[in-house]
Amino acid sequence: MLGVLFSGGKDSVYACKRAMDKESVACLITIVSDNPDSYMFHTPNVRRADLIAEAMGLPQLTWPTAGEEEAELSNLRDAVAAAADEYGIEGVVTGAIESVYQAARIQRICRELDLWCFNPLWQIDQLEYLKLLVSEGFLVIITGVFAYPLDESWVGARIDDRLIEKLEVLQNKYGINPSGEGGEIETFVLDGPIFRKRIDILKATKTYENYRGRLTIEEARLVDK
Amino acid sequence: MILVVDLCRKAESLSKYEFIDPIAGIVSRAGSEHEVVHFSELTAELIERAEGIILCGTALKDNLYARRIDLFSWIDGIKKPLLAICAGMQVVAAVFGGEIVPQTKIGLERIEIVRETPLLGPPREIEGYHLHNFGVTLPPGFEIVAGRPGQIEAFKHAGRPIYGIIFHPEVRNRWVVERFCGLNQS
Repeated sequence: MLGVLFSGGKDSVYACKRAMDKESVACLITIVSDNPDSYMFHTPNVRRADLIAEAMGLPQLTWPTAGEEEAELSNLRDAVAAAADEYGIEGVVTGAIESVYQAARIQRICRELDLWCFNPLWQIDQLEYLKLLVSEGFLVIITGVFAYPLDESWVGARIDDRLIEKLEVLQNKYGINPSGEGGEIETFVLDGPIFRKRIDILKATKTYENYRGRLTIEEARLVDK
Repeated sequence: MILVVDLCRKAESLSKYEFIDPIAGIVSRAGSEHEVVHFSELTAELIERAEGIILCGTALKDNLYARRIDLFSWIDGIKKPLLAICAGMQVVAAVFGGEIVPQTKIGLERIEIVRETPLLGPPREIEGYHLHNFGVTLPPGFEIVAGRPGQIEAFKHAGRPIYGIIFHPEVRNRWVVERFCGLNQS
């Protein structure tokens, strides 16, 4: 039985998919940070991750954090311990790809709590990974951009083959991480093969200035597939 | 063909994505053919056919391999290049008479290369990613290549191309696996 650290972004959703392919997922663990520049936790629309949990039919444990650098870790530890108590999880799954900062800290927390730690996207080729998301039927939109030269057109865009080609160009020219793990891009998943229902956004607000933009989901509903 | 050996507690586990696929990917991008096999499914034919063998690491809590050292007795007679990563290094140490000892290290740390080898090159400092609850003592017939007694980061058999590294080269040190592929070609 595993708990997946879950933000609602593509990496935690796809890590959850891989975990479900191999093991049982008991719950999703969502840390809601008050700090928009959190070191550890994806923040745009994380409060709407409950919609994805419901769409996937998985229970969600949410845990607050003020988002201060090292206090976040203590909050994360408490959340994972609570998931172990409440759902009997024996291990934690993360969507870490390259971040040694994130991975090492979560490994230490798992060791302290005597839990397994799984990082099923670890060191994955980022462009190949994006292609996998598309080919497996995940509907992923960009809900945040935070780097030059990502203009307003990226905010709200769907990740598809054409957009992956553009990301490849930006990777070569500007060193952008195609999967956005460097904080360049944040995403939200609306549908996928592990979704029982899909998410329909009814109202969203877009803000953009100086290569920083966000799509905030105001209203959304679940739709039968 | 490079044989990439999965040391995780079961074949096709969730950990395979994390500890085997990244290594197989480096081998593939280095232009070497490879096959992946779980340690419980190794055959004499596969070992014979391989030009080089890589033993991969496992998750921090996964120590089953240490209770099945009997399945690795073939390493004792191996003459071809072998790269043993983390759990793999522990297996090699145990097969050659060293010990697997408690030693936890998680995260990036400096590594001092103290002896020149074809795999790690000349003495210098590098930074490597560690993820282990156990280290090793130096088995008879091996030399320390990096680190020091009590904190062995890398060792090599004195007469054969058998290497052990306790750090995970897929993080920031892919060149180690690439150079290993080069050893097989030469």
